[in-house]
Amino acid sequence: MIINHPILGPRDAQEFVYLGDASLMNRPDGMSDGIEAFHDYLYNRDNPAGAHRELWYHEQGDRSWLVVTRNTVTHEILKVELARDVASKAGRGK
Amino acid sequence: MRYSAFRVIAEALTGHRGWTPVWRDPEPQADYDYIIIGGGGHGLATAYYLAKEFGQSRIAVLEKGYLGGGNVGRNTTIIRSNYLLDGNEPFYEFSMKLWEGLEQDFNYNAMVSQRGIINLIHSDAQRDAFTRRGNAMILNGADAELLDRDKVRAMYPWLNFDNARFPIKGALMQRRGGTVRHDAVAWGYARGADMRGVDLIQNCEVTGMRIEGGRILGVETTRGYIGARKVGVAVAGSSSKVMAHAGMRLPIESHVLQAFVSEGLKPFIDGVMTFGAGHFYVSQSDKGGLVFGGDIDGYNSYAQRGNLPVIEDVAEGGMALMPAIGRARLLRTWGGIMDMSMDGSPIIDRTPVDGLYFNGGWCYGGFKATPASGWCFAHLLARDEPHPTARAYRFDRFLRGLMIDEKGQGATPNLH
Repeated sequence: MIINHPILGPRDAQEFVYLGDASLMNRPDGMSDGIEAFHDYLYNRDNPAGAHRELWYHEQGDRSWLVVTRNTVTHEILKVELARDVASKAGRGK
Repeated sequence: MRYSAFRVIAEALTGHRGWTPVWRDPEPQADYDYIIIGGGGHGLATAYYLAKEFGQSRIAVLEKGYLGGGNVGRNTTIIRSNYLLDGNEPFYEFSMKLWEGLEQDFNYNAMVSQRGIINLIHSDAQRDAFTRRGNAMILNGADAELLDRDKVRAMYPWLNFDNARFPIKGALMQRRGGTVRHDAVAWGYARGADMRGVDLIQNCEVTGMRIEGGRILGVETTRGYIGARKVGVAVAGSSSKVMAHAGMRLPIESHVLQAFVSEGLKPFIDGVMTFGAGHFYVSQSDKGGLVFGGDIDGYNSYAQRGNLPVIEDVAEGGMALMPAIGRARLLRTWGGIMDMSMDGSPIIDRTPVDGLYFNGGWCYGGFKATPASGWCFAHLLARDEPHPTARAYRFDRFLRGLMIDEKGQGATPNLH
């Protein structure tokens, strides 16, 4: 698979480390949201067959986190964003 | 029709005109007592044991494609019961005992071959860990044997014993482990279930579940609505898709695992072997091909094919262990979709929906579990309580902190 890095251009997926569903960015507050919410966050997954937003870390490159939208049935990569941009669009961080 | 040597001779003398189809192809009825979703190894075994051991009737197995067309037809055929933890080892040893009597039990040649499995040891720490595992196996009634370097050398003199980084220092052996003709397992269970009146309904994909007041009434399928008192889901690989019909999210990710077969070679590996320093396992099929595999590709996938980097990685593992295979050509590779659970162990449990039961999360160790998985799931469906060896395989173990984490690595969907 080739991931089209927003800054570095097309890069081999081998340069990246895969983490999983991009919803992992939305970590609940372990103290205030309760154990059930945190359990759901940590263990349960949508695991869709089709478009899947997922986190890839460019370990062998610029060490950025990407949100890659990929079709899990065909392995086709549909969209690549910097996780930083995704988070700031959602009103997170500085 | 019961199969026997006498039958083969009688048919040979009469022109083989007496053989009949191995199972019926029935139309679905309006309702059943039990519907098993998934006509693979686990689903067929469940239906078989429900009918045979638990005396139940009015059972149907719904399969979206053809019987045995999923992971039971796509694995590396290894059976073993060499686990460490209390939640796992009694279950897998129960499975091993069922394998040992399986062919007589369902009157079908599944080519169960207890040719022995060795896990190679490459360091002193690994020897300690495998010694502990062997002791756990023995405590749970399985067999285990620690082999020193010379014994391994006597078995396989051509292994790379003196590799500078990963010298072979011995092995943990389970002589009762081995291989089984995987498709024949599905066929044997299918035939046994069919003979006991189970309806095996193929080309019948479940597209929805009818649930009212927290209770399941039946399933919507591509061949119409079918009512059921109880529904058991055994569709590992597609578990999240099917359970989404009941509004459930699972502690499972679907990943692709590749397997490989080389060209046919003369016999030189008579057992099953795993490399202890990389992820590589190998056996030799009766046709002579080396059957081997390694890691999952490592990203969510429902495509039954993987990518080249893992092929390279597995080939490197093979070459590090046995340089002799370097000139053998790879004949085929294929991929199967695994239910990767968050602690590497399966789930056989009730769900929050009354009458709906779940069996899945087998990671890439589901084949060896087939008989016990079917038996324990049938036990749960028929009696509404877990089988003693499958008590730990609960949904709520993650919430309660009772994970069955063989590797001791914590929550990640990349475990065995």
